[in-house]
Amino acid sequence: MSNLLQFSISEALSLLEKKEFSTKELVETYINAIEKTKDLNMYLTTCFDQALEQAEISDQNYLNGNQRFLEGIPLGIKDMFCTKGIETTASSKILKNFIPTYESTVTQNLWKEGAINLGKLSCDEFAMGSSNETSAKGEVINPWNFEEKRTPGGSSGGSAAAVAAKAALAATGTDTGGSIRQPAAFCGVVGLKPTYGRCSRWGIVAFASSLDQAGPITRNVSDAALMLQVMSGYDHKDSTSSNKNVPNFYNDLGKSIKGIKIGIPEEYNSDGISSDILNAKDITINFLKENGVEITHVKLPLTKYSLPVYYIVAPAEASSNLARYDGVRYGARIDGNSLDEMYENTRNLGFGDEVKRRIMIGTYVLSSGYYDAYYLKAQKVRRLIKNEFDEIFKQVDYLVTPTTPTTAFKIGSTQDLLTMYLNDVFTVPASLAGIPGISLPIKLDKNKLPVGIQILGKDFDEQGLLNVANVIESCASFKDTPDGAAS
Amino acid sequence: MTNVDQNSNYISGKTGDWEIVIGLEIHAQVLSSSKLFSGASTEFGKDPNHNVSLVDAAMPGMLPVINQTCIKQAIKSGIALNADINKYSVFDRKNYFYADLPQGYQISQYKYPIIGEGSLKITDANGEDKVIGIERIHLEQDAGKSLHDQHPSKSFIDLNRTGVALMEIVSKPDLRSPEEAASYVKKIRTVLRYIETCDGNMEQGSLRADCNVSVRKPNGNLGTRCEIKNLNSIKFISQAIQYEAERQVEILENGGVIDQETRLFDTSTGETRSMRSKEDAHDYRYFPDPDLLPLELSEAQISEIRSDMPELPDQLVERLISEYGMTKYDANVIAEEKEYVHYYENSAKNRDGKLVVNWMTSELFGLLKKNNIQFNQNPISPNYLNELVELIENKTISGKIAKDVFEIMFATSKSPKMIVKEKGLEQVTDDSAIEVFVDQVINENNDKVKEYLSGKDKLFGFFVGQVMKVSQGKANPGLVNKILKSKLK
Repeated sequence: MSNLLQFSISEALSLLEKKEFSTKELVETYINAIEKTKDLNMYLTTCFDQALEQAEISDQNYLNGNQRFLEGIPLGIKDMFCTKGIETTASSKILKNFIPTYESTVTQNLWKEGAINLGKLSCDEFAMGSSNETSAKGEVINPWNFEEKRTPGGSSGGSAAAVAAKAALAATGTDTGGSIRQPAAFCGVVGLKPTYGRCSRWGIVAFASSLDQAGPITRNVSDAALMLQVMSGYDHKDSTSSNKNVPNFYNDLGKSIKGIKIGIPEEYNSDGISSDILNAKDITINFLKENGVEITHVKLPLTKYSLPVYYIVAPAEASSNLARYDGVRYGARIDGNSLDEMYENTRNLGFGDEVKRRIMIGTYVLSSGYYDAYYLKAQKVRRLIKNEFDEIFKQVDYLVTPTTPTTAFKIGSTQDLLTMYLNDVFTVPASLAGIPGISLPIKLDKNKLPVGIQILGKDFDEQGLLNVANVIESCASFKDTPDGAAS
Repeated sequence: MTNVDQNSNYISGKTGDWEIVIGLEIHAQVLSSSKLFSGASTEFGKDPNHNVSLVDAAMPGMLPVINQTCIKQAIKSGIALNADINKYSVFDRKNYFYADLPQGYQISQYKYPIIGEGSLKITDANGEDKVIGIERIHLEQDAGKSLHDQHPSKSFIDLNRTGVALMEIVSKPDLRSPEEAASYVKKIRTVLRYIETCDGNMEQGSLRADCNVSVRKPNGNLGTRCEIKNLNSIKFISQAIQYEAERQVEILENGGVIDQETRLFDTSTGETRSMRSKEDAHDYRYFPDPDLLPLELSEAQISEIRSDMPELPDQLVERLISEYGMTKYDANVIAEEKEYVHYYENSAKNRDGKLVVNWMTSELFGLLKKNNIQFNQNPISPNYLNELVELIENKTISGKIAKDVFEIMFATSKSPKMIVKEKGLEQVTDDSAIEVFVDQVINENNDKVKEYLSGKDKLFGFFVGQVMKVSQGKANPGLVNKILKSKLK
């Protein structure tokens, strides 16, 4: 039954409804696929017994015609989402053995609609990283050219790799500066970062509260629409969640994009950008033109400030958000002779280098005497960046850019931190502005690695974003499967 | 040594007078059944870690959600303190590590507090009104408690108090003596209790104060201040300020300088001691809490609360004076507690208001204090006090008998009418009955009568006293006078 792995969510749902196969068969197939792809080191925790129990309930529901929106769809969950009764570590040693007594709103929304949890997926520690190399449980290997051991990107590297490797039908991710879109691009899958506030942050381990946003990573655009529809919605437990109506993203897919205006920002270019990526952009522009889209070249001159602003704002919030991991109440504790010593020991051994680095940067930029020069100024520039996007969206409906400057690089190849941080140069601006963005694969580069293109839109226009992505997807007809995928 | 000049607020030292300058930060626990950012209960006295939600324990992924009741309470308090209500305010994180601070930061308000400048009228040492400026009021979370005395080598943490809403009421440095500071805290407490935004229970820690104290030559430049942390009684506030001011004067007069520092008051010795210097002060790294949106209030929301405000103590004092003819002093005493007012207004119905206030403030308060009984446990109902005053007004009993009746009422909670009836204490106003008492006294004191008639007028009082004694105090004193006069001619 391994051919069950080929189906997308929408295909699987209709076949399950027709009783072509059972949920139990589908879940067993995925469990088998997870076992086969173990070497890619994607799952931190699995919960197969629970998944099989859920599958029985789903089968019962299909039998009774009571199936829910995502009945029986097996998912992988990024380890940033707290899952009731299942270890949740944010890929950090400091949360080793932490078992939440509560379920995050987003995952709860998925389970309520019948989706099934296969397990928890690796990510960069506390979602801080762009290569999944900072996970306390070791690197995740990109299923594309897996023998070359390339990174899946990050921080949602486990999620993107698992979807690409067919070790999950779809996965959840979180995106703070590109953590959904960049790994989606590296792994040749679709990754959607919704508008800030679209999905509740309640129960998601916080990295940078004003930027964190959950979103789906899927095989195709219509699956992203299905997932987003269930994940979204106002939550009174998150004061920053939006009470805007959640459209029926899936049903409204497929609208013509004729006559819309799309801007190509000239600043989304960099010295190290590969010709394959520039070519993918040109191909995309041609697809759009063929579909009657009006293409304009636009300028977003503040783009260059995005990365420095991000590396002030995100660490500042992180330094405060991670203060709660102090060894007092839960997670790891390394004793000491005094309270301060216990803090030092626990946090020294519990956190990895990248997390410590960001806590120190964040503490510094908030310190008295530096606050105005760094944090306050960064917040002002952030506001200007948001304004710049608002202005540009008065001229064009969407923006199309490369998702990343390069395709997946080899594990351990990036020693230089600044080069690593530059990976997020095209994804960070939308995070700072809070606007939605989607990445989808266009083609393979000369190394047979996927190339992603990013579409950005106005606040809460995920529907439009999905429609444009849907058209590009059908033109690109990207059907390749990684060599490291389960079959 | 220095001492306080009885006639002024100044401390007189070797080099002349010194003026004390005091500013207070009062932390008032907001009356609300749940915490500032979580749904956990605020009930006092529960077992440790009983009132703790996932948010209070700072579990991963938990988010604060503002409690609208607390916002309303802060607005109410601001209105009562004549303060500006800020339509835009921001919650900030104040970052520091401590074992009873689970988040690693306290959510507070820094640059944009919910309440701006206001004022409060107090009575100074000379009984004059004085207006004290209020700088701001902001909302913040309380921390938990560390218990260091439960185990030889471990500290225990109780998170019941974690996240309970506090209002920090910051005064301007307008207070000039420990007495003024005490009067200010009392008044704040009274106001908050009136409007029911804080129960003012200082023993339970619902109201605590940090005192900023400095000294200077009268009207000179402000001196360096020290902050005395966490005082939880009005007595300690006065004591700590007095000690601290004298300490500073002594240092300055001996050529020293005051180090800006945070100090603790030792209640057993009555002294303050250094806790940390300015150099050791935390860098709290305040920044707006990204989990919470700025708090925006509408005019309608504020107006609604404004139109719903109960009578405030100052308004009440005015009314007690005009409506009941009270002295300002008495009015202030009654207005101090809402329950006094309630009691007073019930017992004064259709009665002489001045008479009632005298009975309340001298007899009732006196007996309560003597027997160590709280006002809310008061055994005498306002109806009965009303009845007692009625008995005095219609001359059923004399003021003297009334005091005896009052003591019985206090002991038995019985109605004064019943006591008077049972004990036969009605005043005798029948001329012939009083004549019998007078005749008896004259007959038994022939020698004194002779002395009186020969010009010793002072003896008249003796006869009155004897008649009252014979009548067991029940004879109407006016009639006794009249009849004695006519018989002793």
